[in-house]
Amino acid sequence: MQKGKKYALVLGAIPFVMLVFALPLVNRIHPVVLGLPFILFWILAWVMLTPLILFFAYRLEQKDDSDEGEEE
Amino acid sequence: MNAALFIILAVIVISAVVGITAGRKLKMNLENWTVGGRRFGVIIIWLLMAGEIYTTFTFLGASGWAYSKGAPAFYILVYGALAYTLSFFILPALWKIGKRYGLHTQPDYFIKRYNSRFLGVLVALIGVFSIIPYLQLQLTGLGLIVEVASNGTVRSAYAIGIAFILTCAFVFTSGIRGAAWVAIIKDVLMIAAVFVVGFGVPSIYFGGFGKMFNIQIEKMPEHLIFPGSTTHMDSLWVMSTILLTALGFYMWPHVFGSAFSAKSDKVIKRNAVIMPFYQIPILLIFMVGFTALLVLPGLENGDMAFLSLVNQTYPSWFMGFVGAAGAVTAMVPAAILVLFASTLISKNVYQTGINPNASEDTVMRLSRFMVLVIMTFSLLFAIFLPNELVNLLILGYDGVCQFFPGVVFGLFWKGVTKQGVLAGILAGTGFVVFLILSQNDPFLGMNAGFVGLLINIMVTIFISLLTRADVQKTKS
Repeated sequence: MQKGKKYALVLGAIPFVMLVFALPLVNRIHPVVLGLPFILFWILAWVMLTPLILFFAYRLEQKDDSDEGEEE
Repeated sequence: MNAALFIILAVIVISAVVGITAGRKLKMNLENWTVGGRRFGVIIIWLLMAGEIYTTFTFLGASGWAYSKGAPAFYILVYGALAYTLSFFILPALWKIGKRYGLHTQPDYFIKRYNSRFLGVLVALIGVFSIIPYLQLQLTGLGLIVEVASNGTVRSAYAIGIAFILTCAFVFTSGIRGAAWVAIIKDVLMIAAVFVVGFGVPSIYFGGFGKMFNIQIEKMPEHLIFPGSTTHMDSLWVMSTILLTALGFYMWPHVFGSAFSAKSDKVIKRNAVIMPFYQIPILLIFMVGFTALLVLPGLENGDMAFLSLVNQTYPSWFMGFVGAAGAVTAMVPAAILVLFASTLISKNVYQTGINPNASEDTVMRLSRFMVLVIMTFSLLFAIFLPNELVNLLILGYDGVCQFFPGVVFGLFWKGVTKQGVLAGILAGTGFVVFLILSQNDPFLGMNAGFVGLLINIMVTIFISLLTRADVQKTKS
């Protein structure tokens, strides 16, 4: 597998770790952030960060393609 | 007739007329009926996608759970984001296969990949059985909306009946194109309603989100963390439900099809990057549910929280506007769902399984007839077997997520066999049905559908390895 694709997969795992497996650790109200209970803030923050993470994954995969293009 | 009821009726009749007009000049063949002749631009595809994702469930179910269950509702905010992340990695591979072999439906994929018509028929049947509770959900929601908006003067059964006739009318005449056109009306009304009410009610009653949560934290802190106001929906249930619904999301027959309709695999990836922003309105809908809990405690049915609060806060015409948005929000997904379910039956159960020589005309006629049959079943369920909206949705997910191993192994693992997939689907589905019927859901703290999926994955791998060895032996 190309390097960029591999890193993209690792990036793609981040939302799953933060939004599924980390949940029992952040199941709390305090500290209240931006007026939201901490668990809701955590979920919202990572949901909003997911497009950013996917954007970087997209860029990494694009890099694979352009590298490939140079070799050809 | 009050102002609210008049506005609702006007909007749903106008929507139906728009939907019927959409297909007036088209000769309705199977291609136009299900995939709009494959000429949809990016914008219409986007509208359809939003039309599929934002359903009555988002409106009433999410606020209903925030109201009655509390924190476990947060799963609804999460699973979409994870589903889009998965789609980024899985859908492009699916798109390539779809393009190479000219696939239309989900069973088409199974038939081609595993060279098994039986598997195709089985997948089509499970798809249809999973769609029915999702359809029922739309109709039940619509009934609630009209009943509240009319102050109880219109019984929900009549409202469901009217919407049933109108929806069938535009599906009949215009197919998917009708749904896409009505989706425009629906998306505008729905987003406007959610933003106005979501920002509005916390400010009107408490002066903002923060102040509303302050009072909530003081009064009932346990409502805001898992397991909320339930006893059985602790962290483990939330985690397993998020995984179940995130993995199942693109396995819905109608969502799965979107992988085939895109112009290129890059479009799919770019789409996946921006899709998580679709989740923002859900946060606003939670706010309405939480505000309702403080302002109107003790509602018998949590699904009524959104509507009851709007009814109490805003003038009647605005209630009509929200009710109209909600009603159309039920009709569009209902149209899309019934269209796909009927096509599954006519194309992948009848043509694939029973009569391979059936002409396209016959399949088309059968599709139209099945629209009536499936809608009638859902209508009867909605009227006689009322259920909580979220429960209905999760029930559908229990079924469709069973396709996940077959789809994903099929794309990325050469060693998977049709016996493996078949055994996996049967074992997973059978186990879920058993757990639900014997009232063992949740099982060991986990969502029963997720347990079924785990069993499905293990059986698929195990049987695939076994049957693969057989194949190699017979070859040598």
